[in-house]
Amino acid sequence: MAKSTSSDVLTLIHSLRSAYAATPTNLKIIDLYVVFAIATAVIQVVYMGIVGSFPFNSFLSGVLSCVGTAVLAVCLRIQVNKENKEFKDLPPERAFADFVLCNLVLHLVIMNFLG
Amino acid sequence: MVAPVEPKPGGTLRNAFGGVLGFFILLLIGVLAFSIRLFSVIKYESVIHEFDPYFNYRVTQFLTKNGIYEFWNWFDDRTWYPLGRVIGGTVYPGLTLTAGTMWWILNSLNIPLSVETVCVFTAPVFSAFAAWATYFLTKEVKGIGSGLTAATLLALVPSYISRSVAGSYDNEAVAIFALIFTFFLYIKTLNTGSLFYATLNALSYFYMVCSWGGYTFIINLIPMHALLCIVTGRYSSRLYIAYAPLVVLGTLLAALVPVVGFNAVMTSEHFASFLVFIIIHVVAFVYFIKGILSPKMFKVAITLVLTVGIAVCIAVIAILVALVASSPTKGWSGRSLSLLDPTYASKYIPIIASVSEHQPPTWPSYFMDINILAFLVPAGIIACFLPLSDASSFVVLYLVTSVYFSGVMVRLMLVLAPAACILSGIALSEAFDVLTRSVKLQLVKLLEGPLSNAGDTKDENSTAQNDVLKADKQVATNNKTEDVKERPSKKNRKKDKENTEKAPVKSHNEKRLLALPLEASAIAIILLVVLGSLYVIHCVWAAAEAYSAPSIVLTSRSHDGLHVFDDFREAYAWLRHNTEADDKVASWWDYGYQTTAMANRTVIVDNNTWNNTHIATVGTAMSSPEKPAWEIFNSLDVKYVLVVFGGLVGYPSDDINKFLWMVRIGGGVFPHIKEPDYLRDGQYRIDAQATPTMLNCLMYKLSYYRFVETDGKGFDRVRRTEIGKKHFKLSHFEEVFTTHHWMVRIYKLKPPKNRMKGKTKKPKPTSKPLSGARRDGSTKKNPWQ
Repeated sequence: MAKSTSSDVLTLIHSLRSAYAATPTNLKIIDLYVVFAIATAVIQVVYMGIVGSFPFNSFLSGVLSCVGTAVLAVCLRIQVNKENKEFKDLPPERAFADFVLCNLVLHLVIMNFLG
Repeated sequence: MVAPVEPKPGGTLRNAFGGVLGFFILLLIGVLAFSIRLFSVIKYESVIHEFDPYFNYRVTQFLTKNGIYEFWNWFDDRTWYPLGRVIGGTVYPGLTLTAGTMWWILNSLNIPLSVETVCVFTAPVFSAFAAWATYFLTKEVKGIGSGLTAATLLALVPSYISRSVAGSYDNEAVAIFALIFTFFLYIKTLNTGSLFYATLNALSYFYMVCSWGGYTFIINLIPMHALLCIVTGRYSSRLYIAYAPLVVLGTLLAALVPVVGFNAVMTSEHFASFLVFIIIHVVAFVYFIKGILSPKMFKVAITLVLTVGIAVCIAVIAILVALVASSPTKGWSGRSLSLLDPTYASKYIPIIASVSEHQPPTWPSYFMDINILAFLVPAGIIACFLPLSDASSFVVLYLVTSVYFSGVMVRLMLVLAPAACILSGIALSEAFDVLTRSVKLQLVKLLEGPLSNAGDTKDENSTAQNDVLKADKQVATNNKTEDVKERPSKKNRKKDKENTEKAPVKSHNEKRLLALPLEASAIAIILLVVLGSLYVIHCVWAAAEAYSAPSIVLTSRSHDGLHVFDDFREAYAWLRHNTEADDKVASWWDYGYQTTAMANRTVIVDNNTWNNTHIATVGTAMSSPEKPAWEIFNSLDVKYVLVVFGGLVGYPSDDINKFLWMVRIGGGVFPHIKEPDYLRDGQYRIDAQATPTMLNCLMYKLSYYRFVETDGKGFDRVRRTEIGKKHFKLSHFEEVFTTHHWMVRIYKLKPPKNRMKGKTKKPKPTSKPLSGARRDGSTKKNPWQ
């Protein structure tokens, strides 16, 4: 039973890896950006755990800016993904422009809140 | 428009005509919404109403005079003496900033409107905007026809009028517009999946957070709807785009507003949004993995994840529950708890329970406030289910939750009004569609000749339901509604394609099912129009008679004409002109805002009611005999005491009627005040049968001092009895002013006696003002012991 699950796990990881390798490069870049943002957020949370949360607004704005860009990048990925039927008519330039605009608003708020 | 298959060349002209007509209808709806709220200006004058608007008016005056930096950092020492109040951090700035901006724009265009005029007319202007926002929202849900109907209904609905007449310069005036606009942008994002609208949605949510504490409704309703979509299997990537950026950006923007601050991440009101944020990410990830894996591998992945994931989940949930349970209110604020548990306020927070707006509504108030919408709403709910889309499920959820909350507090009927208007607009529009279509078909058939006509004799409801189904597809194809805008969204095009194919087959089906008899549909149309006109008549009546009273000026009609009771302003003007600038005035908290705004004097407690102990101190003073009351007031540096008394003219909202609340609130903090002491056999009386505690308390004495001189018997017109103690003198207070109709009475604290020994006859005090120098003749007893 254990052996079959471990071999299942191995085949699962293998199929995941092969399926993921098939995605286009631009989507992989976006995914990398998302991972980077989440990693930055995690580092900030760990730092807060060590040092304490005194300027809480700074902590909040830092973490939420990372999470925010990650979310926006995921939205961009959804809109740019060619396999997504719903967004077939949306030109990727428009999706990127929306992404930039939303990021601008997000970072304006962050700058204000950073304190 | 009979054959929807080929676009006729006259079709574009019809579209253009329809578009222009729609635009003018919208303009007229705006004008209607604005003008129906002007009754109070016509009947009385352009004056700010009630109590809370006076505070907002004063803050706006300060903003326009001193600029935004001063406003943001303002510490107000004219209220809650000696504590003061941080205005910048405790006020919702949206309304003030909006009115201030409008005033500034108008003045820079050289239109010299005063601040008061701008404040008075802010509410009607924003109600016109709210009607337009309702049009856009309902158009997203159902179509242009429903949009126009819903906008008209909202322009007129009495519940909204009651909080947004000209002069009612309160948060809800702009907040309802912000609410509807935020919902519109959310639905628009949900329908189109565009990140641009998601950004606008977050900004509109920010405006809502700035404006009203009721923003927690939005930040709980939208996660509920997202969860509902996920649970019913309607998850799509558009839902993710609509929801996730809103949560992140919205939380940040909410934390920017000083009133909310860190509450945006720490209170339970916001936890629902975070929880659903996590859930939607999990769901999105699951869909993503499902998309790239084969089904067998997916099953393996599921089992693996479940075994590991459940253990982690249980650990996390245990930590969360421990955190939340450690706070006594489980992290919710008092106001939210009183909404969730309607009995909470009366048990724990008497101040919230004492406000009349916070009582549950009675059944008749539903028919008074939303009138015919009350029974059009269920029809609208059914129409929303045929077909069910994300947008229509949202509107139904909005209605259900707002009905619950309106049942808890009558003030929240205001949140129910837009939902009721949207759903009734949908119902009315669909009904009109069906009836006019059958009239048109019947007329065509009549003119073409008597073809075989399988008229169904089902009752109108079931045919209406069937017809709504057909009518929906018809609505989608008929270019009067959606093709005007030529939206590039995929859904529309798909519907067009499949409908043009099915249309020839359908026309026969339609002719069979939509054939309501001509006379029946004509009469039904006439009846619907009559129903609409009854609604309009009721709304105009409600606006003119019931909701336009400014409550600072009262009028009454009698056989000898119109009497105007302007006592409040008379009293505040007297205070303003006859007292020193630093004198402190004590009264019950209802009148605090008006006193600071109009009399420009420092008050002890006001309508903000943020400090229960301070209010309880004033309540205790009002409930105590003269000497202890004098000591309490003296310790607070009070110079003048103001009471409102309606016994001479029959004004029912005076302080004697509110007195039991003073006792309860005071007794909640100072246990020596016990409510049963003031009741005789459980009954509250002020006549000869009243308890001695009642007859000796300060409120009784200040209200009825010299009252017997008016008619010789001291008959109180509100309580409808003669008063108990008729002839008495005041030892520690002196009367300085009583208004024309005895409605407001102002007393001054007498300075303490010079000599302690013996009963010296103190001469009548002169009008020499004492500049706050305290005499230490009397020993300073602790008044609270």
